[in-house]
Amino acid sequence: MTGLLLEDVVIVLDGRELMRLSESIAPGEILTVMGPSGSGKSSLLAYVGGFLPASFQARGNIVLSGKQLNNQPAHERHTGILFQDPLLFPHMSVGENLLFAIPSSIKGASRRRLAEKALSQAGLDEFFDRDPATLSGGQKARVALMRVLVSQPRALLLDEPFSKLDAGRRDQIRRFVFDEAKRQNLPILLVTHDKADADAAGGKIVDLDQ
Amino acid sequence: MLRLAPALAIGVLLAPVACGVLATLLPAFGYLPALGGREFTFDHFATLIDYPGIGRSVLLSLATGLLTTVIALTIVLTFVSGWYSTVTFARVQYLISPLLSVPHAAAAFGLALLIAPSGFFFRLISPALTGSSRPPDLFILNDPLGLTMMAGLVAKEIPFLLLVTLAALPQTSARRSGQIAQAAGYGRIAGFLFTTWPLVYKQIRLAVFAVIAYATSVVDVAVILGPLTPPPLSVRLTQWMADPDIAMRFVASAGAVLQLLVTMVAIFIWIGFEKLATRLVARKRNAGHRFVKENWARLGGLTLVLLVSAVIFLGLLLLALWSFAGFWAFPDTLPRGFTVVNWGRALPSLAGPLTTTLLTGFVATLIAVCLALACLEREARTGRTGGSRALLFIYLPLIVPQVGFVFGLQLFFLGAGLDASWGALVLVHLVFVLPYVFLSLSDPWRAWDPRYASISYGLGANPNRTFWKIRLPMLLKPAMVASAVGFAVSVGQYLPTLLIGGGRWPTITTEAVALASGGNRRVIGVYAFVQMLLPFVGFALATIIPAVLYRNRSDMRAAS
Repeated sequence: MTGLLLEDVVIVLDGRELMRLSESIAPGEILTVMGPSGSGKSSLLAYVGGFLPASFQARGNIVLSGKQLNNQPAHERHTGILFQDPLLFPHMSVGENLLFAIPSSIKGASRRRLAEKALSQAGLDEFFDRDPATLSGGQKARVALMRVLVSQPRALLLDEPFSKLDAGRRDQIRRFVFDEAKRQNLPILLVTHDKADADAAGGKIVDLDQ
Repeated sequence: MLRLAPALAIGVLLAPVACGVLATLLPAFGYLPALGGREFTFDHFATLIDYPGIGRSVLLSLATGLLTTVIALTIVLTFVSGWYSTVTFARVQYLISPLLSVPHAAAAFGLALLIAPSGFFFRLISPALTGSSRPPDLFILNDPLGLTMMAGLVAKEIPFLLLVTLAALPQTSARRSGQIAQAAGYGRIAGFLFTTWPLVYKQIRLAVFAVIAYATSVVDVAVILGPLTPPPLSVRLTQWMADPDIAMRFVASAGAVLQLLVTMVAIFIWIGFEKLATRLVARKRNAGHRFVKENWARLGGLTLVLLVSAVIFLGLLLLALWSFAGFWAFPDTLPRGFTVVNWGRALPSLAGPLTTTLLTGFVATLIAVCLALACLEREARTGRTGGSRALLFIYLPLIVPQVGFVFGLQLFFLGAGLDASWGALVLVHLVFVLPYVFLSLSDPWRAWDPRYASISYGLGANPNRTFWKIRLPMLLKPAMVASAVGFAVSVGQYLPTLLIGGGRWPTITTEAVALASGGNRRVIGVYAFVQMLLPFVGFALATIIPAVLYRNRSDMRAAS
């Protein structure tokens, strides 16, 4: 069984059931979960990623590439996440952000080569030594995506990653994220309140409002 | 390891206080087998009460604690309510933050050099205004009512209370509440007092208690500026504790119990004040008093805060001036010449205490920062905070007066064979350093965006790697500032160093205070200047090191 499987996932806050979901996402496919703020869609990502705050209760199986994740700590789940903000580590250079993400099994000079290659894929050649603070919003978003991808995730979690980009750039970045993630054959779980995101994703849409 | 951190921290805060209070109570009631006291008795309290002027000493301590706190808090409240979210406010904040790191003794010496009859102020106006070229015959230093001592304490309490208030403000909606109140026709001060202050006060209440406890039991400032006949209770206690006659330890213990009571009574009276003030404010608020004519109060608050800053800064300048002064007779405003002879003479005897101060401060701060980081990291990983009870533990060593338990702790260490050891000295410094380090570190630590950790985990970094590579480097500046705060606290410790060090570990602070009675202003200048310089260097490093490390990372500069 490949892909990401969510079996009878229920998320509860203060005794109130926020959502109930059973879905499977095949590699290279996108599942879009839509809902207004407070609908628990971000806590779904937190549950899958393994960092749900203690104030929530959640149950239901999460299976990724045939492996059950429920009792795995967050750092062993290989679920890369992108938030609304790029959240590049501000104390590292752009390149160091990528090096931090590259698995330690890759050693020596090939680490740097991999990072440079990822930057060049994102159209950011020569950005390795730059201070992340000096990048534009779109450039930061692309670095954030490449940072996730070089960590060799087995699934991608997207928490409204396009909502803070300006309208002109949003389409372009969205296309870039979806294309790159599909190229790596990753199952993608996208939560958003923007119908345009859901349409662009082109996969199945679950609307929590209904 | 991390799991043990909270218990260990609570142990560090609680155990010394508990052991110290217990080891004060028992001898006070006559029980101290090592010195032949095996029966419980009230005799030592009877002896204590028979000391001449003991009632006056008690009253002095009580009045000092309450008056200075009322005055300092009123000034802070008036200033903050009158000026928050203005450019002036931001500038004053910038000016006053460094004052917090000035040790009490150095500030007190500076004040003494400024306002003594032969001090800078009278040099400035003599003989032009006084008509005399001799120091006026005024009882300013060590005045019997303790007014100068109170002034010194108020001057040091204002920066502290101002900074805790500033830390509490972001957790209220002060600006918006103020705008709403002003739109309804209230003055700035009334609007703040009615809408925001109750929320702020709830957060700073323990800090206010700590100020009361400190002012009712302060020793170093009282020795330098306070009355001599009789001195406040805490000063007399310290004399008895150091008395070569071992039997005096019983009386000293009884006195320490009395000190605990005095501080407790002061806090109870304060709680009465709180109730009264709450009712008064509620009545004015419900009556809709607008207090629109408030310019005098706003200007008054600003003036007093600026005056306090100016006095402390001028005092510090005078310390430096005296340490380099050659011949400087009254009423010359400035010395006739400058020399390094004073320093040359002081340096040989300064080196030992300086080393002790640096090492003790460094080790106590290092332990405190590691403990605080471990507690906060554990909190972040488990999502459980200690809540208000944890805050009480943190404030405990600051609210129980030092004289009330450090003497007992000394007897305790004596029994354990650890008396006058350097380890014991570090431990007792740690008791006072840890609360300040924790308080300084916890706000920025908790304000850190947890999504960075989620991202790091998602990239495959385990919690330890995330801590060392992401969280700690991102929070390097607050961690360094907390270290500087801790070091400053350690440098300033007088009584614990004196008692637990048992005279074998003199520091810059104990040496400086010991010079007070001698009155050699040049030597005092050297010691107090060094005492003031040490925390300053700490804060400078805390600013410079992150700035250099992250010189090419502009978001790291903006974040701090």
